[in-house]
Parts: sequence; structure tokens; C-alpha cells
Amino acid sequence: MDNFWTTLLYAFLSMFVIFNYGMLLGGVVYKIIARVHGRFGPPVWQPYVNLLKVMGVRTAISHGIMFWLGPVFRFAGGIGLFLFMPVVFGSVWMQNFSFSGDLLLVIYFIFFGQLGMALGAAESGHPYSPMGIMRGLAQVTVSEVPFALAVIALAAQHGTLSITEIVAAQQGGIGNWNMMTNPVATLAGMMAFLGMMMHAPFNLHLAPQEIPVGPPTEYHSNFLGYMQANRAFFASAKLILFMNLFFGGATNIPVLVGKTFTLYMFAVFVGVVNPRFTLENSIRWFIRIPTATGIIAVLIYTFKN
Amino acid sequence: MTEADNEENKIIKPDFSDPELFCTALPKEVPRMNNIIQKFYDWAQANSLWLLAFGTGCGSIEMRPLYTARYDISRFGIAPRPTPRQSNLFIISGYVSVKTLKRIIRSYEQMQNPKFVIGLGSCTINGGMYWDSYNTINRLDHYIPVDVYVAGCMPRPEALIAGFDELKKRIKEGRGEGANEYAKNFAWYKANQKKIIKDWDMPDYNW
Amino acid sequence: MKELIERLRSKFNAKNVKEQRKNFVFITVAKKDLEGCVLYLKEFEGYGHLTLLTALDWIEKDQFELVYHLHNYSNKTDVSVKTFIDRKNPTMVSINNLWAGARVYEREIKELFGIDFPGCPRVNDPFALEGWQEIPPMRKDFDTKKYSEETYFPRPGRYTKDNVAQMEEQLYPVEAEVKNGIAKTVRKK
Repeated sequence: MDNFWTTLLYAFLSMFVIFNYGMLLGGVVYKIIARVHGRFGPPVWQPYVNLLKVMGVRTAISHGIMFWLGPVFRFAGGIGLFLFMPVVFGSVWMQNFSFSGDLLLVIYFIFFGQLGMALGAAESGHPYSPMGIMRGLAQVTVSEVPFALAVIALAAQHGTLSITEIVAAQQGGIGNWNMMTNPVATLAGMMAFLGMMMHAPFNLHLAPQEIPVGPPTEYHSNFLGYMQANRAFFASAKLILFMNLFFGGATNIPVLVGKTFTLYMFAVFVGVVNPRFTLENSIRWFIRIPTATGIIAVLIYTFKN
Repeated sequence: MTEADNEENKIIKPDFSDPELFCTALPKEVPRMNNIIQKFYDWAQANSLWLLAFGTGCGSIEMRPLYTARYDISRFGIAPRPTPRQSNLFIISGYVSVKTLKRIIRSYEQMQNPKFVIGLGSCTINGGMYWDSYNTINRLDHYIPVDVYVAGCMPRPEALIAGFDELKKRIKEGRGEGANEYAKNFAWYKANQKKIIKDWDMPDYNW
Repeated sequence: MKELIERLRSKFNAKNVKEQRKNFVFITVAKKDLEGCVLYLKEFEGYGHLTLLTALDWIEKDQFELVYHLHNYSNKTDVSVKTFIDRKNPTMVSINNLWAGARVYEREIKELFGIDFPGCPRVNDPFALEGWQEIPPMRKDFDTKKYSEETYFPRPGRYTKDNVAQMEEQLYPVEAEVKNGIAKTVRKK
């Protein structure tokens, strides 16, 4: 931390890299889902085209300040989540601001965007927006429960909340990963991961048929552009978070890409072969098996020490 | 019982010229930029058409196969969107009754500026088999600007894909200016719409 | 079925009995007997399903005809009860207390034929035509083609062709000419 400006430059650089990575990842996932359906699917660069198109829309209707701030909050949540994590462990320029901030801050940032979005979408006055928010918030809240329990178990295991230290403790081979040393917490975390990645069966709040697209019903043009860009950030940031917590982090970019891609494929493949849960079913599912697993993970460390 | 029912279901007509409740602004023309950025945006518009999933007539049954593995329009970057705010392509699929036309106008006006309309089927061109009906319009282009017509009763999905190709060509040539045309000839379109929609119970422009 | 027809004849003075099929019969009753007849069929004969309720315009006889089509689920038979009402003063008893679904039919008939059903909830609300100001469009004296041409900007260039003439002209022009020539000469004489 000798030079603040260097750190800032590096942070922007890594943001640029991770944004493009997230966009391409989205395109690849569309393609994979299409292939599972037996279709060709859109080209891999389709997210870029969509973003450009949305930016090129000439008129925009604002429903007020909060409506405008909603996507900004969401974007801030995505970037905040990303900026307080080490992307590549030991790398000089992919460290971001991981020297400050810890797991609790990260959990807060996961929630922050949703809350901002809730305020913004509610201002639009469209009845489907609050419905989508209600469902989305319930979904995120309930998948936070096993995740928080897994995080507590990890913190008890390593005696710290700093992500950098947790990653550092996992270096030196697959045997040191939390996946091996703390399998119960990993199981709970991965089940929470399914709920966080906004893929079926836990994406009712985004379902276009049940309620037209949920929270972003009224968002268009540049507002929607923010949200699309945020989706790229948020998805890859969450992937990096889970990779850091349970799968040993990454020491270079190829390892980062390989691990996050595999992680994402886990959520995608569960998604494409499963129908959607209704909200009641998904809440019921989350408070049963994943929460029980999380509690067991915490209990193990309670009695160990 | 009947009295109470009628009281309950009485439609309250608000004052649509009240700027507190409704936007009274009229649509504005947003001219094209004559530079390379506009060309770039045009290319993006043409390759990312989001169509409004609003089936106005029997032709919407021909739109469903487009999303399936056999036709798969997502290859061309075309995806259905459930809300008019985010979509930029409106397919008027088949006959349009006066009651539907009211909803079509509302949805069309909520779409944002570069917006395109495909008239699907003969009914939108000259009324088709409903040409002498008391309740279906004959020419869609008197009510909203139409970019491409796909003739047939009903046209097959292949014909619709050909229509998409034609529309893409138009957009890339910079001729997909339906929204500006609507803003320019707003009075004419509105007069035509009000001629047949006798109970006009919405603001003049639903932004 | 025969016994049912006899009962209806004696009770409601059913006329014009026409057995369309062996499980399907048309009967005609007077306007004042209709509600009782329908109620009797529903409560005592098991015709619990109102399949449809529609109207016809007999402009020459100056009458509207109302058709109540009832179905019996237990023995799979249908009875269609018809009645004639005056065209000058078209009012009919509402049967929405027997079948709630009749409300929709009555509302539709009110809109398309102008037959009033006093007491039917929301019968005056628009059904498919919002803000209709002409005479009801399904009446025979409403000229739908003229209305459409005046209102909906007809696109010029519409023409009709006789199928036979079109095929002859396209496929066998010489033979068609010979045939038409012969026809013309024969008709002249």
C-alpha cells in the first residue's frame, strides 16, 4: 500500500478485466443453456450487443430520484463486493482493496444492491416491481442463512474473517482447501450458492412468465444498461468469493478462469435440468437441508474448541 | 345485489390533463446523429431485437415456434421481453379489434424511441378476411407506424424470420425511424385513433 | 326422450318439437313459459349445464329468437329451448340466478343484439365493443360492410375473382372461350 494511486489504477484494471470476463461468461452460459435445449443459441458476444443497444436507446423515462438511484445502488453493490476481495492471490495488480474489509462487509454488499433495487423499483409504481422485489428479497434472505452459517464455520476454523488470510491458509495443494478441511461448511455454502446465482430452480423473481421480469419491470435504456453491466460484475464477484472461500483461491488468471467457470457450470447445470421452485418451496428447501448442514458445520467447531 | 355491483364496478374517469397524475408531455422527435456512432448503434439495434410478448391476434401462435429448437430466433439475438419498456420490436400478430387497438397504442407509446413494428398477416395490411367486419381495423399503418409487413394468413415462422431479416436491413440502412415518424405526425395518428376509439379513457400520450 | 317431450308438451305447451338426433331435441316455448321450462329441466330432469345461450335476428318476422342449449351429463342428451320475443321491445327474463355463467352470455347478447335482461349484474357494461355508438352490430339492419368502409380506411385495390373463371382463364383459355361462345349463342336463341 505504498501508493494509493497505483492501487486505484490496478483496481480499475482488474475491474475492466472482470467486467469483460463476466460478459463473456454470460454469453457462454446463454450458449450452453441453448445447447441443452437443443438450440444454437445466441452468439457469445450477445451480452455486449445487448448492452450497446440499451445504451443507444434515445429516450428514457425517469420516475424520480430513487428510480434513478436503484440501478446505481445495485451497481455499487456489485462493485463493492468485487473490490474488497483478492481476485488473484499473491498477484500485485489483482489484489483490489482486500487489505481492508472482510467477510462481514462482503455479506453486507451482497444484500446492499438488492435493497437499493427495492427502493428504486418500488418508486416506479408498477405493481409487478414490488412483487418481484418481495420475492427476490425473500430468496436472497433465505439463501443468506446457510451462507452465513458456512461463513461462521470458516471463521471459527481459521480464526479470522479476512478473506486474504483465509485464502492464504488454503495454499499448498488441494488437501489444504476448505473443500477438504471443512466439507460440511462447503456443502452448506454451495447450496446457498445455488440460491444466489439467480438460475433455476431459484429464479422465480426473474421469471418472465409468472411476473413480467420482476424488479426491473419498469427499467429501460441506460438504467437497464447499468443492471446488465452489474449482472456481469456481480456474477463474477460472487464466483470469486466462493472460489476464495472454499476452493483455495487462485494464484494466476488461468486458474481463476478455470475454477470460476467450473463453479458457474455447477449452478447452470443444476438450473437447466430443473424446473423453477415457487417461492414457498424454495424457502422451505433452504431452511431445511442447507440450513441444517450449516448448523452442523457450526456445531462441529463449537465442540471442537 | 345488482345495484351494489354496479356501484362497485363503476369506472372512475380521472382528469387526464392533470399534470400531477399524468404526464401531459407529447412525444418528441429525437433526430439521428449522422456519424459513425449512430451506425454502430444501428448495428447493435439490428442485432439485439427484443420483441414484446403481446399476442394481439391469432398470429401469436406462430410466434411460439420461433423460440423452439426448430427455428430458434435467439441465433439472431432476438429475445422475448414481457414489458414494453425494455422491448424495441412490436409484432402485431393478426387481426386488431378496436378493443385491442387501445391496448396496442398504450403499449406502443410506452416503448422507448428506436422502436419497430412488424405487421404480421394479411389482417394488418388490408383487413384480410375481416375486411368488412364492424370491429377490426383494416390498415394498421393509419394508427401506428409500421416498418415491415409480412403477408399471409397465417404466415409461417419462416416468413416471420424473413421479415426479421428485412427489418434488420432497414435498421442498418437507417430507415427504422418509426418512433420519430410517430412524433412528427402525432396529430394525424391521434385523430385516426380517436376516430374509432369512441371511449377514449386514457391520456393522449402514454409516454 | 319421448317421455320428456311429452312432459314438456303437457307442462309448458312445447311446440315445434324437432328431434335432431335421438339424443338431441329442439323445442319452442312461449316467452312467459321459458324460465319455468328451463328451471324445470335443470332441477327435475338433470339438465344442469347451460352449453350456450344465443340469439337470432328474424327481421322479416320482426322477432328475435333466443336459444337456450342445455346438456344432461347423466344420460348425455341435449335439449335446445327456443323462444321468440318482440323485436320492437326486446326484453327477456334473466336466468343469471340459475347459472352464473349466463351473465356473460346475457351481457354479450345485450351488446350485440340490444336485447335487455333486467336484473342481470353488469349487463350494461361493454363486453367486446368499448364505446359502441351505432345500433347493435349483429342486428340484420346494421350494414357492417358500409360501416367498415366508412370507419376503417379500406385499402384500395381489393377485388374478387370467381374461382372457376380464374382457373379457366389461367389453364384452358381457348377451351373456355369456346365454351363461353357456345353458351352465349345458345342463350341468344
